[in-house]
Amino acid sequence: MKTGWRNFILLGAAGVAVLALIDPTFAQGAAAAPAAAAPKAPDLVINKADDGWMMVSSLLVLMMTVPGLALFYGGMVRTKNMLSTLTQVLAIQCIVCVVWFLWEYSLAFTEGSGFTSPFIGGMSRLFMAGIDPKAPAATFSVGVGLDELVYVCFQMTFCAITTALAIGGFAERMKFSAIVLFAVLWSTIVYCPIAHSVWFNPGPNDLALNNAAALARSGYGFQLGALDFAGGTVVHINAGIAGFVGALLLGRRIGFGREPMPPHSLTLTMVGASLLWVGWFGFNAGSNLEANAGAVLAMANTFVATAAAGVSWMLVEWLFKGKPSLLGLASGVVAGLVAVTPASGYAGPMGALVLGLVAGAVCFFFCTAVKSAFGYDDTLDVFGVHAIGGFVGAIGTGIVAAPIYGGAGVVDYTKCVVKDGIITSDCPLGDYDMMAQVIVQAKNAFITIGWSAVGSLIVYMIIALIVGLRVSEDAEREGLDISEHGERAYNM
Amino acid sequence: MKMVMAIIKPFKLEDVRKALDDIGIEGLTVTEVKGYGRQKGHTEIYRGAEYEVNFVPKLKIEVAVAPGSVDKVIEAIAEVAKTGQIGDGKIFVTPIDQAVRIRTGEVGTAAL
Repeated sequence: MKTGWRNFILLGAAGVAVLALIDPTFAQGAAAAPAAAAPKAPDLVINKADDGWMMVSSLLVLMMTVPGLALFYGGMVRTKNMLSTLTQVLAIQCIVCVVWFLWEYSLAFTEGSGFTSPFIGGMSRLFMAGIDPKAPAATFSVGVGLDELVYVCFQMTFCAITTALAIGGFAERMKFSAIVLFAVLWSTIVYCPIAHSVWFNPGPNDLALNNAAALARSGYGFQLGALDFAGGTVVHINAGIAGFVGALLLGRRIGFGREPMPPHSLTLTMVGASLLWVGWFGFNAGSNLEANAGAVLAMANTFVATAAAGVSWMLVEWLFKGKPSLLGLASGVVAGLVAVTPASGYAGPMGALVLGLVAGAVCFFFCTAVKSAFGYDDTLDVFGVHAIGGFVGAIGTGIVAAPIYGGAGVVDYTKCVVKDGIITSDCPLGDYDMMAQVIVQAKNAFITIGWSAVGSLIVYMIIALIVGLRVSEDAEREGLDISEHGERAYNM
Repeated sequence: MKMVMAIIKPFKLEDVRKALDDIGIEGLTVTEVKGYGRQKGHTEIYRGAEYEVNFVPKLKIEVAVAPGSVDKVIEAIAEVAKTGQIGDGKIFVTPIDQAVRIRTGEVGTAAL
C-alpha cells in the first residue's frame, strides 16, 4: 500500500499548506502572538469655530500692543516723551510684523536641522513658502488642525508685543534708530529661539504616533517638559530681562533720583492697562488654539488671577505706603496677567486666584523696595513686573497645574485611545509629579533668563556699534518727542 | 494808577470776580500759578518713587485800578478770598507808569 500512504501524506501536506495560508499563525504554533497593525493618526480637520476664535485672538493681542501697551507705557512717561513712546511701540509692531512674515516665523516654528534644532528652526517657511490650506497646523488635540496662516498671525502678535515690552526698561533715553534696529535684531536673535525651544513640536498626532521621535524633533524646553501655556518665559521673563539689561547698560535718566519725574497721565495708563486686560484674553485663551473647554479655562483664569493680583497690590500698598494708588492697582492687574500667562491653561480657578494674590504682592515688593534699594532706573518696571511676575508664574505653574490643586494636569499623548486602528483625540492625563515639574519649570525659566540676558547684551552691543544707544544729554533734556521726531504729543 | 495783584486759592475765583464786579471793576486777568508760603506741599508716590511736591496750585489775579479805588479793591478781594486756613494767599500793590486802551488809543485812567 505504498501508493495509499503517499497519497495520504500528500493530502496531509496539502491540508497543512491550506491551513497555513488561511491562518498565518498555524505554522508558527499557537504560542506566537499575531503581528498587530500599527495605529494611524487621523487627518487634521479644520474647525471653522477654531479658525474664527484664533482670528479674533490675533486681533485682541494686536490691540494689547496698539494701543494698549502704547498708552500704558505712554501715560507713565513725562509729557515731553509721550509721543516718542507711542511711536516706538507702533513702529516695533510694524517692523516685527514685517520680519515675522519674512523669516522669523520659519525660524521659530519650523523644524530645524543639526545640533541647533532644539533652538533654531529651519527655512521651510521662509517668505511664507509652503503654506497650504490642505496642510493645517497642529493644535493640542489629535486630529484637529488650524489654517496655518492664522497661526502665523497669532504668533506674530506675540513676538511683536514681547519686543515692545522690553523697551520699557530704557524709556525716555534710547535713540529711535536704536529702537528700529532692536526691533529687527532682538526679535530674531533672542525671541525666536526661545519661542522655538518652549513651543515648537510636531503636534499631537506625531506625539501620539511616535513619542520619542516627535520629542527629538521638538524644542529644548518642550523636550524638558516645561509648561508655558501662553508665554510666561517666552514673552515675560524674556522681555523683562532684556529691558533690565538695557536699563543697566544705558544707565539712569538724567536727574533720576533728584528731579521729580511723575507719570504725565495716569488716565491714559489706566486706559492702557484696561485694554491690556481685555486683549489678554486673546493672549491666554487664544493660546489654547481651539475654542473649547481649554480656552474657557484660560479665560476664567485670566479673570480671577488678574483681579486677585490687583486687589493684592492695592492692599499691600495701602498697608505699607498709606494710600492705595491707581498706578499700583493698574500695575497689580498687569502683574497678575503676567503671572497667570504660563498657567492659564493649566491652573484651576482657585490656583489661579492664589497665583494672582502672590504675584501682586511679590511684584509690588520688587517695584518698590528692591528697586529703591539697588537704585537702578528700570523706568517702566519691566523687571519688577514682567521678569519677576513671569518667574513667579513659571514656577507657580508647576504647582497649580497639579490635579490635586484643581489643575488641568498634563495630557499623555502616548496613551490616547485607539479605535479601529486610528488614534482618537481621547487622550488621558499623565501622572503628575509636582516636585519634578517645578524643577523643570525652574530649569526652563533659568535657561530663558540666561539666553535673554546674553542675547540681549549682544544685540545692544551690535546696535551700539552701528548707531549708538542713548540720545545726547541735550536731546534727553529737550525730550525725545522733539529731538527724535520733531513733533509734540500735545499742542495745547 | 496801581496794579493790584492777588494770589488766591483757585476755588475762590468766582467769588472774587463777583465781588469786584459789584464794586464796578470791569476787567481783570487771571493766571494759573504754583507757589508756597506757609502752606506746605504734600508727598506723592508713584510705584515706590516718592516725590515731595512743595508747590501748591494758586490763581494770580491782576487788576489795574484807578487811584483812590485801591483800598476798596483790596478790601473786596480780601473779604471773599479769606477762609481762615493757611494758604489763603496775599495781595500786592505796584505802581503802573502808563496804561493804553489798544482799540481807541486812550491813555491813563481813561484806559482802565
